[in-house]
Amino acid sequence: MSLNALTIAETRDRLRRKEFTARELAEAYIRAMEAARPLNAYLVETPERALAAAAQSDARLQKDEALPLDGVPVAVKDLFCTEGVETTAGSRILGGFVPPYESTVTANLWRNGALMLGKVNLDEFAMGSATITSARGPTENPWRRKGDNRPLVPGGSSGGSASAVAVHAALAATGTDTGGSIRQPASFCGIVGLKPTYGRCSRWGIVAFASSLDQAGPMTRDVRDAAIMLKAMAGHDPKDSTSAPVPVPDFEKAVGQSIKGLRIGIPKEYRLDGMPKEIDALWQRGIDWLTAAGATTVVISLKMTPYALATYYIIAPAEASSNLARYDGVRFGLRVPGETLDEMYENTRGQGFGAEVRRRVLIGTYVLSAGYYDAYYLKAQKVRTLIARDFDEAFKTCDAILTPTAPSAAFAIGDKMDDPIAMYLNDVFTVPVNLAGLPGISVPAGLSADGLPLGLQVIGKAFDEETTLRVAAVLEDAAGFEAVPAFLAGAA
Amino acid sequence: MSALVKGHTGEWEVVIGLEVHAQVISKAKLFSGAATDFGAEPNTQVSTVDAAFPGMLPVLNGFCVEQAVKTGLGLDAEINLQSVFDRKNYFYADLPAGYQISQFSRPVVGRGKIVLDLPDGTAREIGITRLHLEQDAGKSLHDQHPSKTYVDLNRAGVALMEIVSEPDLRSAEEAGAYLRKLRSILRYLGTCDANMEEGNLRCDCNVSVRKPGGALGTRCEIKNVNSIRFVMQAIEYEARRQIEVIEKGGAVVQETRLFDSGKGVTRSMRTKEESHDYRYFPDPDLLPLTLDAAWVEKLRKSLPELPDAKKQRFLAIGVSGNIVNSLIEEREVADAFEDEIKKRISQKGLSPEETKSAVEFVQSPDQRQLSPSLLTAVTSSSGATSSTIVNFVFAVANARKEDRATLVRRLDLSGLGDLQDRKVISGRMVREIVEEMADTKKDAATIVAEKGLKQVTDTGAIEAAIDAILARESAKVAEYRAGKEKLLAYFVGQVMKATQGKANPALVNELLKKKLAG
Repeated sequence: MSLNALTIAETRDRLRRKEFTARELAEAYIRAMEAARPLNAYLVETPERALAAAAQSDARLQKDEALPLDGVPVAVKDLFCTEGVETTAGSRILGGFVPPYESTVTANLWRNGALMLGKVNLDEFAMGSATITSARGPTENPWRRKGDNRPLVPGGSSGGSASAVAVHAALAATGTDTGGSIRQPASFCGIVGLKPTYGRCSRWGIVAFASSLDQAGPMTRDVRDAAIMLKAMAGHDPKDSTSAPVPVPDFEKAVGQSIKGLRIGIPKEYRLDGMPKEIDALWQRGIDWLTAAGATTVVISLKMTPYALATYYIIAPAEASSNLARYDGVRFGLRVPGETLDEMYENTRGQGFGAEVRRRVLIGTYVLSAGYYDAYYLKAQKVRTLIARDFDEAFKTCDAILTPTAPSAAFAIGDKMDDPIAMYLNDVFTVPVNLAGLPGISVPAGLSADGLPLGLQVIGKAFDEETTLRVAAVLEDAAGFEAVPAFLAGAA
Repeated sequence: MSALVKGHTGEWEVVIGLEVHAQVISKAKLFSGAATDFGAEPNTQVSTVDAAFPGMLPVLNGFCVEQAVKTGLGLDAEINLQSVFDRKNYFYADLPAGYQISQFSRPVVGRGKIVLDLPDGTAREIGITRLHLEQDAGKSLHDQHPSKTYVDLNRAGVALMEIVSEPDLRSAEEAGAYLRKLRSILRYLGTCDANMEEGNLRCDCNVSVRKPGGALGTRCEIKNVNSIRFVMQAIEYEARRQIEVIEKGGAVVQETRLFDSGKGVTRSMRTKEESHDYRYFPDPDLLPLTLDAAWVEKLRKSLPELPDAKKQRFLAIGVSGNIVNSLIEEREVADAFEDEIKKRISQKGLSPEETKSAVEFVQSPDQRQLSPSLLTAVTSSSGATSSTIVNFVFAVANARKEDRATLVRRLDLSGLGDLQDRKVISGRMVREIVEEMADTKKDAATIVAEKGLKQVTDTGAIEAAIDAILARESAKVAEYRAGKEKLLAYFVGQVMKATQGKANPALVNELLKKKLAG
């Protein structure tokens, strides 16, 4: 078995038993990263940095003083600012921007012994569901449909992270999730993606998209790895006023615990008209697995669900329009000169932002404008409160909620590109979770008829990632998902 | 005080509301740890938060909140235990984030008031609408290069309190009095240096005119006026301009105007149609600001004595009403004079218990009862605060560009007050003695002795001088006696000259009249 096929837990144990060194592991991942270049997952490769960190890990391992993540090679979504390493958010407007600071979440990972392989691709400013809006071109999904070699999207916005982990070019990756950007690409690429409770991980040093929804989380091969990564990434940060001053439990302990007696909510509003039958069937299998493991299911009502996408597409662009005002050509990044200050703004932002970002900035500006604020932004905030209340009510009768992650499997690059609404529908099951600030995890649960991975989502109560992980681990065990993406099968 | 302005069509009432931006005294900025010192090299006090680098987040500086709440309490205002920070969005080169963090719908401080002490001795209450916290912007420097603008972000993110008054002011004089009173309160509280020249107190004036008692007129806002004098000039000009527009049959256009201090005029900057849509919304990077009621009460109890209370106390201990307002305007000056009063009490030859009671009375006259004789001892100790002494000390401080409080503390003002009370010196000698004390550091009595400045109250000496003069000026004496009584002043002058100004003027007058009467 190649080193790259091991999980974090396995790698950790074998490193400690000195079966191989962190350097050997890093070299294997650097080779895999190079081999995966056709997928365009990595924007920046930092092999020297990885090897330098591996040497330090080896020194600690040698002395049996290993840190929790010593030697674990990680891909970092290019939305996290990394000190001394170019950070662009997939945008032309941040081309050449090298932050003089390290984001709290990545700093936490390095402090725990993990090492950075490089920065991975994303939708520009994390706005998208397919990793096709990046200024550096699209990332490919390592999976292919049976008998069809057309490249597929890895989902998004954390598509580079999902693709890199799926193709074993990273042992784990950081992602961010504003409306599904961790869970949907995890589902499309057959890996685990965990969006923690809002406030669990610091947002400090992460390029902001929509501040009240953005949350960092891990993307990994299995549920246990997600628990291990989250423990290292999470924690209260005084530099982020919205990060929660709550203790960080040992999430790994939850993995493998029985779910006997747990009540699993099944939201009736998530049965969409026109949803592929195989998604419905997968969902039913998930229900059966959990029931077989001793849980009971209860039908719940999340009645505001039909309004969630519309609410999200008002609040997220509103915040984004303001968050992205700082990219003005004055202090960093791209500047396209003009005769006047206004002309310089127009030139810089017109050429620096791609079409999807411009669309959302315009929507956001519109919904905050005098005369429209009450009808759009304020109304959306009220609906958001009601959506959160739906979940509060539901959690009075259940301990976790089971849903599909996305309404479809991965689609071809180029599909849905001319129809933003169809693209936005990708996030129909994930968006409500962000609006309510809850934890959600996507677990690979099966394959579509044409051989593509499909994920199931577990939604937990606020700051109850432990129950969420517990349920996810049972699904994972029952699903026994062992399929391998075409790119990896071909390379192996 | 009549505040009406005369136009061709009769009298007009001027309606003024002021928005003051007061820079909070704080070592660090409102949402970052960067320093706030005035006059530092450009762009040396800028954190990545202030420069709005990607991923940077604001963290509220609790001390700035404390300062704002203190100010609110000092303005006798409601403190809102729940308030919200909003983003005010607009693009400008010196606004790094593209938005200013401010408070829009839910400010930290609500309704309050300021009492104006007007020159005619009356007082008027002016409503405060609100006070909120917000960030300052940076500075655009347009004069450094022929075609480029430079940006200095040292000021970007510094905490400001925006203090908004009700449209209660009715004249430029009242606006001036309001700003002086507000400045005084802010300095007493130590929440703002309130130095308009350094730009840490800036004022926007909303001005409209109406027929007395009529409906409010359309207002114009005059932005960023940077001295009290200019505020008064700008309002005078703007009111006149609006009256002229209306009387010529036109209508005032709601707009933002700038004051040109060189020409003394206001000029249109942008009309309402061109005004920004700031797209306010709650800043999602910050939680709502929640204050603990007990903490607010603790702050309230820790407030220093404010000008209004100090004024009442000074009046109660015998400070003259003529001078009390200028005495209390600066806290340090008031403290220095108060120490002089206490010093004189201790020199009154009272018993230790009496001195203690008297000093306690000075500190809280409403808490202490004194015997009539002790009360007299106290009130007679406020001599150093006679208007003659205070005015001359202030004049000397101005002439020497010396800090008033420092000067008060290093001069022997209680000694001087004592000499004046005992009529050893006349009022006209005070300035000379004050100047001499400022130069030589000697006490008042020494100077009087050395210079022979003692006022002559010896009737014999004065009579001798009068006799000599009347003998010399027999022609004028005859004229006087023939009815030209105006000559009395001439004779007084001659006597004063002959006695080198030391004669007691009242005595000279009295004796002269007697002698001239024959």
